Amino acid sequence: MEEVKEEIKLEDIIRPENLVYKKTKLMTNNILSYCPGCGHGTAHRIIMEVVEELGLQGKTIGVCPVGCSVLAYEFMDVDMQEAAHGRAPALATGIKRTWPDKIVFTYQGDGDLAAIGTAETIHACNRGENITMVFINNGIYGMTGGQMAPTTLLGMKSSTTPFGREQRLMGYPLKITDLVAQLPGSYFVTRQAVHTPATVRKAKKAIRMAFENQLQKKEGTNFVEIVSNCNSGWKMRPVEANKWMEENMFPFYPLGDMKVDGKLVK
Amino acid sequence: MGELRLMKGNEAIGEAAIRAGVDGYFGYPITPQSEVIEYLTSEKPEERTGMVVLQAESELASINMVYGAAATGKKVMTTSSSPGISLMMEGLSYIAGAELPCVVVNVVRGGPGLGTIQPSQADYFQATKGGGHGDYRLIVLAPASVQEMSDFVPLAFKLAFKYRNPVMILSDGVIGQMMEKVELFDPVPRWTEEEIIKMSPWATTGKPATRERNIITSLDLDPSRQEKHNIHLQEKYRRVEKEEVRFEEIACDDADYLMVAYGSSARIAQKVLQLARAQGIRLGLLRPITLYPFPAQPIRELLGHVKGILALELSSGQMVEDVRLAVEGKVPVEHYGRMGGMIFTPDEIVNVMKKTFLGE
Repeated sequence: MEEVKEEIKLEDIIRPENLVYKKTKLMTNNILSYCPGCGHGTAHRIIMEVVEELGLQGKTIGVCPVGCSVLAYEFMDVDMQEAAHGRAPALATGIKRTWPDKIVFTYQGDGDLAAIGTAETIHACNRGENITMVFINNGIYGMTGGQMAPTTLLGMKSSTTPFGREQRLMGYPLKITDLVAQLPGSYFVTRQAVHTPATVRKAKKAIRMAFENQLQKKEGTNFVEIVSNCNSGWKMRPVEANKWMEENMFPFYPLGDMKVDGKLVK
Repeated sequence: MGELRLMKGNEAIGEAAIRAGVDGYFGYPITPQSEVIEYLTSEKPEERTGMVVLQAESELASINMVYGAAATGKKVMTTSSSPGISLMMEGLSYIAGAELPCVVVNVVRGGPGLGTIQPSQADYFQATKGGGHGDYRLIVLAPASVQEMSDFVPLAFKLAFKYRNPVMILSDGVIGQMMEKVELFDPVPRWTEEEIIKMSPWATTGKPATRERNIITSLDLDPSRQEKHNIHLQEKYRRVEKEEVRFEEIACDDADYLMVAYGSSARIAQKVLQLARAQGIRLGLLRPITLYPFPAQPIRELLGHVKGILALELSSGQMVEDVRLAVEGKVPVEHYGRMGGMIFTPDEIVNVMKKTFLGE
């Protein structure tokens, strides 16, 4: 039997009948590599909307991580660098220190930012690097096939915790954003989501603040966590995954601002 | 004549960095090279030239700060010693893969592991054969004096930008710690933003409307494209091998026997040469200045009259493999080394020479 090679072409997707809304100007035409239902695309989009609305394309430098968003530079139409796993805050430090007038952001997942890159994360924030860090927390390693992340909830199943994360063996899920908020070097720390129109609007507002603070050279690091889903890794349908996230992730990782203008929110 | 100063090798690196118009130094303290960052911070380079000096939280961070800034076309560097350089291997592999210019100084100490803080040349393989993962090369310069610690900083940056490749200055605890007279070169200004954009159009300096976005990455999941990238890198390394070999010959013209030694070993070998010549032994010294590319052809050209070669290294014998590859079995190539931070004396080597080649 002849093998049928299925290749999705851009023309197959971008057709007049599919055009229900306009693509964000600073997103490229490349087809997203993310699973349907994943929050990465929305997070990318609102960052690029903010960069466009603030007129920052010409002075923005982004740093991508290792993880599902390893190819983020294919989708965001700004100058970008690809970091080694966990090292994005160090790259961003090198850029910002030598180009204090550029706008520098990192985009990192939970394994990248809160496991292998914990030292870089904590120290960049503790030095108060004047950068913006966007942290996507979906409690799992998506790209490598659904292994346990530092943020995986207790009892949550993953391919390396097939019977659920057990504290006795794997310790506790790490609330790194709470840690970052406690550091005197952080200026704006917030936790958001992007799974409903309302949360997208709030998240975009937070990202805008994280970029505006940097632009205005407010002293300290701007840190935006986005609690997101991973329907593939969680082995759920997208709608189920979002519901599961609301019922399980949000109670442990409650949404809202933790630190604004360098002051902890009570 | 430039300004003369009595300096430690490590201090000379720091002063040369400021004078070479370096934009950023990112480092982490480790013996025997901590004087570099101490000198830099005490010199207030931010006031002198606007140069950034930052003490990172680890060598992992410092090499990746170098990556980030190098990817924007800035002149940046770091220094460390053996265990710290091992931690930088991940970053160096990425930097080589992404083809970024930068300078890394290794003031080598004895290993393996935490080893000792005394001088050694046991990081030769790591420096010249890759060190990190994947097929890549660093251009490696081996200073043998405090003067060269200073002079090789601008040379290293020149090569780094010429080839878009990381350059390592492979020094050791002797050269880093000893004090000598140095003639300092005249300072050059740091590059302006316009100069950087013109010189490094690939750099991530922020996308203007006039060009496509710049991406700095070592990733390409498509194996055929990744192979093409690797072929491109290998072609670059062949070009480096053809054009950048540097070495020094002392008394090689009439030599019956040849020493090949670099860095501090070459300094000791100079005394050996004097002692041997005084005893009527026609001994020569070939000092590789670039360890990669290795001066294989210059060694081959001496084989008409050289009857035997002694590779001197403060290691169990690493560079000697490159000497043997160059010589292709045409004359005997022997190795003599000390390890773990011990250093050979000139007399010790004269005796080894006589025993090895003269049967005494």
